[in-house]
Formats: sequence, structure tokens, C-alpha cells
Amino acid sequence: MSNLLSWIIWLPIAVAVVLAFFPKDAVGAIKTTGLIASIATFGLSLLILNHFQEGVASFQLVESHSWIPQWGIRYALGVDGISLWLVLLTTLLTPVVFLSSWNAIHKHPKEYVIAFLIMEAAMIGVFVAIDILVFYVFFELTLLPMYLVIGVWGGANRIYAAIKFFLFTIAGSLLMLLGIIYLAFLRYHDLGRPDFSIVGLYGLSIPMTTQAILFGAFALAFAIKVPLFPLHTWLPDAHVEAPTGGSIILAGVMLKMGTYGFLRFCLPLFPDATAKYAKWMIALAVIGVIYGALVAWVQPDMKKLVAYSSVSHLGFCVLGIFALNQTAIEGSILQMVNHGLSTGALFLLVGVIYERRHTRLLADYGGLAAVMPVYATLFVIAVLSSVGLPGLNGFVGEFLILAGSFKTHPTATVIATSGVILAAIYLLWLVQRVFFGPVTNEENKSIPEIAWNEIAAMVPLIVLMVWIGVHPNTFLRKMSPSVQQLLTTVQKGGERGNVMVASRRVILSREDGEGSRRARPFAPLRVTR
Amino acid sequence: MLTHLWIIPALPLAGFLLNGLLGERAGRGFVSVVGPLASLLAAITGTIAAIQYHAAYPHGQRYVDVVYNWISSGGVGADLAFQLDPLSIVILMVVTWVGTLIHIYSVGYMGHEPGYARYFSYLNLFLAEMLVLVLGSSYLVMFVGWEGVGLCSYLLIGFYYDKEFAAAAGKKAFVVNRIGDFGFLIAMFLMFAHFGSVDFAKVSSAAMHHVDPWIVTAICLLLFLGACGKSAQIPLYVWLPDAMAGPTPVSALIHAATMVTAGVYMIARTNVLYRLSPTAMMVVTFIGALTALFSATIAVRQFDIKKVLAYSTVSQLGFMFVGVGAGAYTAGIFHLVTHAFFKACLFLGSGSVIHAMSGEQDIRKMGGLWKKIPITAWTFLIATFAIAGFPPLSGFFSKDEILVSALASPYLPLSFNRLVWFMATVAAFFTAYYMFRLFFLTFTGNFRGTHEQEHHIHESPATMTIPLIVLAALSAIGGVLGIPAAIGEHLHVPHLLARWLEPIYPKGTVFEVPANTEWILMFASTAVAVFGAWLAYNRFFKQGLAADEALARSMPAIARTLENQYYVDEIYDEAIVTPLERFSRFLWRGIDALIDGILALVGYTVALFGDLLRFFQTGNVRNYALMFFAGVLVFIWVFA
Repeated sequence: MSNLLSWIIWLPIAVAVVLAFFPKDAVGAIKTTGLIASIATFGLSLLILNHFQEGVASFQLVESHSWIPQWGIRYALGVDGISLWLVLLTTLLTPVVFLSSWNAIHKHPKEYVIAFLIMEAAMIGVFVAIDILVFYVFFELTLLPMYLVIGVWGGANRIYAAIKFFLFTIAGSLLMLLGIIYLAFLRYHDLGRPDFSIVGLYGLSIPMTTQAILFGAFALAFAIKVPLFPLHTWLPDAHVEAPTGGSIILAGVMLKMGTYGFLRFCLPLFPDATAKYAKWMIALAVIGVIYGALVAWVQPDMKKLVAYSSVSHLGFCVLGIFALNQTAIEGSILQMVNHGLSTGALFLLVGVIYERRHTRLLADYGGLAAVMPVYATLFVIAVLSSVGLPGLNGFVGEFLILAGSFKTHPTATVIATSGVILAAIYLLWLVQRVFFGPVTNEENKSIPEIAWNEIAAMVPLIVLMVWIGVHPNTFLRKMSPSVQQLLTTVQKGGERGNVMVASRRVILSREDGEGSRRARPFAPLRVTR
Repeated sequence: MLTHLWIIPALPLAGFLLNGLLGERAGRGFVSVVGPLASLLAAITGTIAAIQYHAAYPHGQRYVDVVYNWISSGGVGADLAFQLDPLSIVILMVVTWVGTLIHIYSVGYMGHEPGYARYFSYLNLFLAEMLVLVLGSSYLVMFVGWEGVGLCSYLLIGFYYDKEFAAAAGKKAFVVNRIGDFGFLIAMFLMFAHFGSVDFAKVSSAAMHHVDPWIVTAICLLLFLGACGKSAQIPLYVWLPDAMAGPTPVSALIHAATMVTAGVYMIARTNVLYRLSPTAMMVVTFIGALTALFSATIAVRQFDIKKVLAYSTVSQLGFMFVGVGAGAYTAGIFHLVTHAFFKACLFLGSGSVIHAMSGEQDIRKMGGLWKKIPITAWTFLIATFAIAGFPPLSGFFSKDEILVSALASPYLPLSFNRLVWFMATVAAFFTAYYMFRLFFLTFTGNFRGTHEQEHHIHESPATMTIPLIVLAALSAIGGVLGIPAAIGEHLHVPHLLARWLEPIYPKGTVFEVPANTEWILMFASTAVAVFGAWLAYNRFFKQGLAADEALARSMPAIARTLENQYYVDEIYDEAIVTPLERFSRFLWRGIDALIDGILALVGYTVALFGDLLRFFQTGNVRNYALMFFAGVLVFIWVFA
């Protein structure tokens, strides 16, 4: 199957189209079809592993077809060590969503399934697009289904949350679009013909001031998505109002589109700006780690607690990215997957009791361990994964991030490491409040135990938590060459940049040498000061 | 066995899975077999491995069994590898065999409790993690066990999870331990950054050639922060007294004999680095002495039988840190071993008492149990003599060696040594005092409990008394492991432990002291112990509870302060927890709202701007006409 990646994107979309013609009362058939389609997609995505060559840094399984030839836009897909596991995370979490919400969705089940299938395709597209415009199309395409999922299937305050979510993210990504267009101009200028391929853009040598502006445009879009402090305020609202499935995908995959964007675009495209602003990004990341953890601690609402914990955990990821070394970035990528598993699991499990009791307030619970022992066990495992217990996945990611970033930013790392203490505080508080103590609330005495479909959704997550914890090299090995190449790109860019900043004369001589190919209008931009 | 060291922790891990997944359905018989058997098999395989090791490496070289490459990323990582050397073998023997005794004891003690399978699965998991901690060949693998035992501690303290207090105590233990682990983590980051590895041997050799002594000192102090968490030293000891909310065998195994000594083991393991840093040695020694003294005074006025033992454990751990801090690693490990015997015996004995008293833990309601539960009483008495430091019981030898080493440490200044020795000796006095107070109030005098309790009192079953007897015997004779030179010379007995550990601590970890000095110190420590015991005898054997009440009357402020454990928990709450929580609420209610407010302002500004523009685009033709007219007027006015 030479166009495997296309299959993985288009299968869910094709099924979504077919589902549109299903009668809306055929709920069972719709749900089954959706589940089978998502499992089939997952199966296909496993084939990537079969074809993926370890030790190769560049994009693999590449497909490239002309899409809009006048503008040089190509439908180009490919996967490398940075995106590989995020693709698999996406295809894994979609069936998990369908399984966990098997009996939870009563309103418009058909549209629900369709929305998630399209969302899945779009998210995969984001991770495998190697043409920046295709990336952008997919990036925006994810927004719409999620907006609907929150707005239609959400809680009481869903419209507010959906609009907030939409406005925040669109504000960022529109700026990014301007950045993309500008980048394309630069590339056009260099090459003499339009080209949107990401690898092609990597070769650009952009002056510092321009880099700074473009970095800002891209970083803003991704920082909102992550979300990085102080742009995180949309997240708790979105999570609280989103249905369980929406929260799983939002936290599990969508936030990673931000961190992935940093890795794929900000670092290699704007190496000098990255080097210059890394310390600011790290500062925000570390603030996010602590801030998210502290605010999570005082939340009365379980979902808000987990949402703020995401702010904290994603702070670790951003710290790892901008530490700019092999260990930290590998840890960061692994942590993206880890967060998808553990936070996905936590949202899933919070959804389980919300379905049964229709409240998410900690104060309404207590002593559930006696009533729902299996549920309690699964919950504690998810918490331990999230808290970074060695032997489970979260530890490996956090450890690599921190050990790596310590080499370049020891002070920031020490502060971030204290987030590990805070994580224990707020997560064990959650466990204590919900599961331990006497059963105080009469209504909690008869909550039915976690159901088969919810257990089935949890099992693959737990298997992976253990797998990554016990044998992380399975995952690290495949990402290593791509990360190395990324760092080489960043360094090379950095060296070029240094030369440019170091001496104006050198810049001019470079301009003399290479600038002859360049058209006039862009020349003034190249003067750096 | 030697080539497959991983089997040793894997056996209890299998027990954990079996009991955890099947135990509830398979019934108590199944659990009672699988749980203790997993532990026993680990003990047997461990012993076989130790024998094979000794045959293969008579000179005590380090043997490493690499299972696989665990983490590897850009120069950071470690193998999952286990090692045997004389030091790990000592701890391995203590952990597995004492662990097995406590597993057997638990069959009797927990026999009627709900959650029996859960209990044994946790206990097995603990043993597995503890073995990873002890056998790990690098700091990273050690850390896996380190946090793993912390998890089991959390789960087992909160075993009676429907009790609010137990759940809170479990969480407190985990969180306070995490503060320590924070130090451990950063120490490892420093090792990776400066030595490029966390393997024990590589770190040691790199440290010896490292130029910057501050790095080594920083690593040592950060590791010690970890040790303070796990081994309950000032300022992180506060979780251990609360940990008594767990089942009593757990207190014996985890919170006395094995897990809490992990910090001592860690420092003994890191001895090369510590010896490079006098600052770190001084800190460890002083904190150890301070903790030993401080918590011994608290133990004097506690009324919960387990609380007394808990503070006693904190205090005894302080003694061990004095040993390893002063560079007397053998002495520290020696005390670790003997303490495992007598403190496990005391805790299991207290469990037997609580069992007999139908769950009562308040010694004010006990008394006169001697006749009714004689086996428990006798074993408890032997262990009490041992911990108080009466010759020739085990505690005498190990404690004496620590006191001598503290005074004679060649690594630290003499005046400092004297101060530490004095503090530790006073702590030893208190130890004898509070232990005999506990013994007399519990076992002698008149029974002070209810009639119903009295009716119920019975000696424990054999599964409980046999471990008690074994541990009492070990507490009595454990001293043969380390006969001091002054005595050994005459009897031609070597210091067995020192000889065994010689490959790791080549010279100078049993400090040479003139025989005269050694005899004097031995008499001094015996005198202190006898004096403490005599004082307790005079007060509590003769007067019973009245002696305690007399103290409360004569020195009410001191009595109240001690009873409330110097209000340390309250101070931590007021100084750290509450302000932090307030700050967090401020961040949530204040900063988050502020951010939303600013963004909303931006939004409204845009909207306002839009509204303004909308005024010009009403779609109303008459408005357009008006504007057109106005425009023309302006145009004429400007240009004409």
C-alpha cells in the first residue's frame, strides 16, 4: 500500500460520508460502523510501523501529488519520527472515544460519530502534512468538528465555551496564515517558482527581524493551542462544557497540535528567533507548570482539575522543546503521547461517573472505592501515570525532559521539577476526595460499577502506559534520528544567524554573493540591525 | 540464580499480580498461600544468589546483571540492571527474610479483615519494589524502587480507606516523600550533566576525578534530601507518625524494618561521594543527631502504642544517619540490621497487643497484660532491652559502635564530634526511658481498659507468635555480627559485618579507638541505658499511669508541647500549606479572571470599533445619501 497515509486520512472521511446517508434512527448500526471504521483506521496506522524504517531521519511513506499547480501547492504527506507516535495516538484515541461514549450520547448520535470521524481525519492530516498549506487546511479543519462537539453535545454553558474556544484558536491561526503566506513569498523569491513544501521552507535563510515577526505569528497560534500560560483560559471552559469524548480528543490530541507545531515549524524555520526567544518560552512553560498545578489543586470541579493539570503537563512539553537538546525533545514528544494516554484516561473516567451521577463536583463524591472497586483501581492507575510514577509512562517523559533541560537551563528545570511535587498534591487530593473516606452521599451508594465498554476503552490505554514505562526505547528509538536532524537544522540556522548578526559586513558580502538571485522588493527586509 | 537476578523481584511481583487479579475470587486460602510463598521464594532465591555470588566473587567485586537497556536518549538513560555486592546482600537478606516473617504474621493478623487479597497484593508489590531499590545497579533503577515503595506505603497506609484519617495520612506520606524525591531527581540531573551516567560505579569514579567539589556536595545534599523524605528525618519526618494509620504488620515491615531505612542504604551506597564532601557529611551527621534527640523526646509523652514506636523509629533512623554521616558506614548498616530485628519485633508485638485488646491502641487503657499474653510480653521485653542498648543484646553493640564512631570520626572536627556524641547519648537515654515506660504501662500494673476488653484478651495464634519469637531471638543475638575490637580481641572474634563489607568500605569505616576509650564509652552507654530504664521503672512500674499525670501537673507546658509533638504539623500547615492554598485560589480567582478580563477588553474594543464602522454601513439608503451630502459639503469647504 504505497499511499498508506492517504488511506488513513480518507477512510474515516469516506465512512463519515456514507454514514450521512444512514437513517438517523439506526443508532446501533451507526455506532458500530463508526467504531469499526475507527478500529480499521487504527489497524491501518499500525501498518505504518511496519513500513517505518528506524534510523531514517527524513519523511517516510511520502506521497506527493500536485493539487493547485499554478501555486505550487501539493497534496504531500509523509511521516517522520516526530509525527509517527502522534498519528498513532490519534488513531488509538478515536475508537477509545467511541467505546467510552457508547451509551452516553443520546442526542444526534449520527452527527456525533460523523463529527469525530472527520475530526480524526483532520488531526491525522495535521501530523502527516508535509506541505504547509495542506497542514494549515487540516489545522483549521479540526476546529469545526470540535466547535460543534462542544456546542451541540456539551454541558449547560456550552455555547459560551464553544465560542471562546473558537475565537481563541482562530485568532492565533489567522496570524499564522499571514505568516505562511509571507514564508511562501520568501520561498518563491528564493526558488523562482511557488513551493509550499515544508522541507523546502527549511532551507530558507531568513533575516533575524523577519524571523522574529514570523516566529511570533506561528508561536502565538501554537501557544494558544497548547495552551501556554497566559493563553490557557479557554481550556478549562472548553473541557468543562465538552462531552467526555470531546475532552478526550481535545486534551489527548488537539493540544499536541500546538507542541507539534513548535517542533515542526518554529524551531527549524526560525532557528535564530528560537534561540533568542527560547528563554521566554521556557519561562512561560515553567510558569505554566507551576501555575496549572496550583490552580488545579483548588478546583472544586473534577474536569477543571484535570484541565488545569493539562496546562501543567503541557508546560513540561514546551520546556522540553525549547531546551533544544536531544534528550529533552525526545522526552517532550514522548510526553505528548503520555499526556494523551493519561489525561485521556482521566477524562474518560471522570465521564464515567458523570454519566451516572451528573455531577463533577468533588464535594458530591467520597468513598467510591467501596462502591466501585474496579473503577477506583483504573482511576488510580491513570492518576499514577499522570503523577509520573516510575514504571509507568509519565515518569520517562518527564525525566527525559527535565534531565535534558537541566543541561541548558538548570534554574528553570529546578523550578519545573517542583511541579512533580505539586502533581502529587492535586492528583492524590482528587483520589482521596472521590474514592476514600466513608460514603457520605446516599446517592453514591448505588452507583453501578464501570461498564464493559468503558473498561474496553481503558485497557489499551493502560497497556500502553505500562509499555512506555517499562520499555520506552520502543518509542524513543524511532523518533531519535528525526530529532537529531531537527537539531542539526536548528543549529545550522543558528550558525548562519550568528554570522549575520556578528558583522554587518559579512551580511553584505553574503547579500552580494547570494542576493543576486533575489528580486529587489525583498532586499530591504534583509538588512538586520 | 546469579545470572538471573531479576527473578528475585519478579517473584513477589508475580504474587502481586496473582493476588491482585485473582485473589478476590480465589478466596482467602489462595491468598494466604500465594502472598507469603512469593516472599519466601524471593528469600530463598535471594539466599541462593548470595551464596553463588560469594563463591564466584570471594573478594566482593561488584556483579551486575543487565536485563535490558531501559531508557536511552541523547546520552541520558540507564540499563535495567541489578547488582550484587556485599552491601546489597546484607540488605537483601534483611528485607526478604524479615519480610517473609511479616508476611506469615499477616496471615494471622489480617485474617478477619476485609480486603485480604488487596492487602497481600500490596505487600507483595512492596517487596518487589523494595528489591528493585536494593538490587538496582544505578540511581535511576534505585529510584524506580524508591518511588515504588513510596506508592505501596501510600496504598497500605490508606488501606482502611474508609477512614478519613488513614486516607489523609497516606497522601501526606506520598507528598512529603515527593519533596525528598525532588532532591533525588535533581541529584540525578546533576549526575547526568557532570558525570554522564547514574551507574553507581561510574558516578563514584567520575566524582573522584571531578574538579568542582561543589557539584559533589550539591549531589550529596540533594540525595540526602531524598533520604530525609524516605527515612523520615527533620524536616520531612512528619509523615511517619501518621503512617501508623496503616495495618500494624505494615508498620513493622515498611515503616520500621525496611523501607524507611532506604535512605541509610542510599548514603551508604554513595559513600565515595560523601567522603569527598565534609560539608555533606556534617549535615547528615547533625540532622541525624538532631532527629534522634528531637523525636526521642516526643516519644516520651505519647499514649498511642504505635505512635511511641513510630517516634522511636524516627529517632533510631537518626542514629543510623549519625553513623553513615560520620563515615562509619559499617556502624550505620549494622544498626539498620539490628533495628530491623528489634523494631519489627516491637511493632509485631504491639500488633499482638492491639489484637488482644480488640483494636485498642491507647496505653492508658492497657496495663497488666504480662500474664495474659506472655509470649508477646516476653518477646516485647527482649526487644525493649535490645533497643535500649543493654549488653549483650544486639542494640547495645550497634548503638555503641555508632556512638564511638561519632566521637572518633576522622572526617569531622572534634568539637563537632563531641556535640554529636552528646546529643546521641542523651537520645539513647531517652530511648531507654520511653521504651521501658511503654513496656511498664502496657504489661505491668493493673488493667485499665473496659470489662469487655479484659474478657476478650487472648494470646495471638502461632502464625503471629512464631515470627515474634524468631525476631526476639535475632534481637538478642544479632550483636554477634559486630563485636567491637575491645571485646573481640579477647574472644578472638572478628567484626563479622566489617569484614563482610570490607570490599566496599576498605579501611577506616570502623574507626580505630584505643581499647581504654572504647571500654569507657561502652560503660557510659550502658550506664545511660540502665539509668533511663531505672528511671522508667521507678516511675511507671511503681506508680503506673500516675507518674505521667504527675508530669503533666508539674510541667504542664512541656508536657503539652511534647504531647502535641512540638506542634510541628500545625506550624507546617500555617506556614506552608495554608498560604500556598490561598495563593492558588488567588491565581485561579484573580489571575485567570484578569487574563479573561483583558482578553474580553480586547474583544470588546474590536466589537466597539466594528459597531462604529457599522454605523456607516446601516444598509439604509437615506443614511448613505446623508453621508454623501455631508461628504460633498466637507469637500466644498476644504477645496473651495
